[in-house]
Amino acid sequence: MRVYVCIKQVPDTETKIKLNADKSYIDTTGIKWVMNPYDEYAVEEALKYKQSHPSANVTVVSLGPKKRVTEALRTALAMGADDALLIDAPETLDSFATAKSLAQAIKNEEAPHLIFTGKLAIDDNASSVSQQLAEFLGLQHTTVVSKLEVGTNEVTLEREIEGGSREVVQLLGPAVIGANKGLNQPRYASLPGIMKAKKKPLKEIELSSLGVTESDSKLNYTNFALPPEKPPVKILEGDAGAQAESLAKLLREEAKVI
Amino acid sequence: MSNVVVFCESQNGKVKKGSLELLSAARGAGKNIVAIGLGPAAKETTDELAHYGAKNVMLCSDEKLSNYNPQLYLAAMLEALKDLDFEVLLASSSVLARDLFPRLAAKLEAAVTSDCTELDLNSGLQVRRPMYAGKCTAQVDFKDSAKKIILMRPNQLPVGSVDNSATAEVSEFALPAVDLKTIVKEVVKGASEKIDLTEANIIVSGGRGLKEAANFKMLEDLADTLGATVGASRAVCDAGWVPHSMQVGQTGKTVAPTLYIAVGISGAIQHLAGMNGSKVIVAINNDPEAPIFQKATYGIVGDAFEVVPKLTEEFKKLLN
Repeated sequence: MRVYVCIKQVPDTETKIKLNADKSYIDTTGIKWVMNPYDEYAVEEALKYKQSHPSANVTVVSLGPKKRVTEALRTALAMGADDALLIDAPETLDSFATAKSLAQAIKNEEAPHLIFTGKLAIDDNASSVSQQLAEFLGLQHTTVVSKLEVGTNEVTLEREIEGGSREVVQLLGPAVIGANKGLNQPRYASLPGIMKAKKKPLKEIELSSLGVTESDSKLNYTNFALPPEKPPVKILEGDAGAQAESLAKLLREEAKVI
Repeated sequence: MSNVVVFCESQNGKVKKGSLELLSAARGAGKNIVAIGLGPAAKETTDELAHYGAKNVMLCSDEKLSNYNPQLYLAAMLEALKDLDFEVLLASSSVLARDLFPRLAAKLEAAVTSDCTELDLNSGLQVRRPMYAGKCTAQVDFKDSAKKIILMRPNQLPVGSVDNSATAEVSEFALPAVDLKTIVKEVVKGASEKIDLTEANIIVSGGRGLKEAANFKMLEDLADTLGATVGASRAVCDAGWVPHSMQVGQTGKTVAPTLYIAVGISGAIQHLAGMNGSKVIVAINNDPEAPIFQKATYGIVGDAFEVVPKLTEEFKKLLN
């Protein structure tokens, strides 16, 4: 029984973003790359499933520049995944081409029982690949999942919707699940895990062998800009009463937002 | 005149503000607007859609669309669009839209981009969106041949004037048969019936400076006065004071309200990224060196427990 987890590498959340000289992309010098935080929940959920279903094989899949992505895949293998697929591709592929590549790579392997992804990647926040992967594979899909029970032929889950409300959803057949924070507590890779990971199979796949090229992307990002500098803060003086009074007045008369 | 499709959502019989903003933008650019509304409640909004510029309104009032189901909504959208000539589809970047439209884009081989903050339909198509949760922004360049699905963050564009004499041609289409494999069993209402953080016009957020979970009550009072939604920093969500659904930041929700009031939040990089797009930012913190003051429009260095109740009083005076 095959379980797949699709993961991505992203700049650490503490990264200060700078732009490259022609503003066509960010300046990646010195960036610390980490596994996308939501993907950690996806990996953990797959490993939890494997614990209760020892026959399951957990395959982690990632797409991107080979050297960097290998690191994320090794992390997932060290956490306990069985093997890995690495699709060597430029990081500028859009969600559509990425989902198409992942779908084809999975189609070339054993049919999935479950596929886990993060609900979104914290770099471009597109939250599209998970849904599109499911469409390309013709599977059911739910994202922003914070609770999951896997049955024999169905999964039952809870997903977060608006204003803190939740939906209880049942998916019949193999499914793609987009993990949210709260789904579980991801484990750390143990030292023996890290040692073992080095010997686990990692298969490299050329993008072209999946029938996908860069021109399959439907959009790309250009002309990057940093947020405009904010004017210096206006510090309000006086005691709490005076501060509150002047703030209310400024919000109404100067900022005109209330 | 080219068709622009606007997917419209409603709540309590009124078109959501985010949808009105998109209708206004398309009308302002002289586009022929085809509005699509799904579910029985959409029927009540046809006049309002026309008053904001829709020339055609396509409805599917099937009871099965009362609540969101991705399979049914996708089938309905494919049905609505099958004979329609369009290049651009606009929708508000809501929870529903962010789930639905990537699927539709996969089916139509279309481009889809979410959470956009700038849209200009006048001369060609100009779109920008935040990257890295707002640490920078980028222009979205679309492949010419592709249909373009653009999900705009609410509160970014002005709502135009209402024209009560405007009318639209309304048509109803049937929901195609679907072999249901995704079944929505139940919708469990959250503690808050308020508008979601990602769509809120005013947000009051609390951090560790509030000292304990019970003190969020103070923020709720302030929020109620302003009709605001309450948010929180990662630290207090991780500490379990409030649910994760309230977290603002790079690993929570990216927000862009008109007014953001940060109480007892020092301003970690990942939090600042998530709220940097707010139009006006108020910081209340007892540490004058807190990084949040570098992003704030107005700052109050002081004790939140003294300032917040006074502020609630002031707002009450002003708004009543």
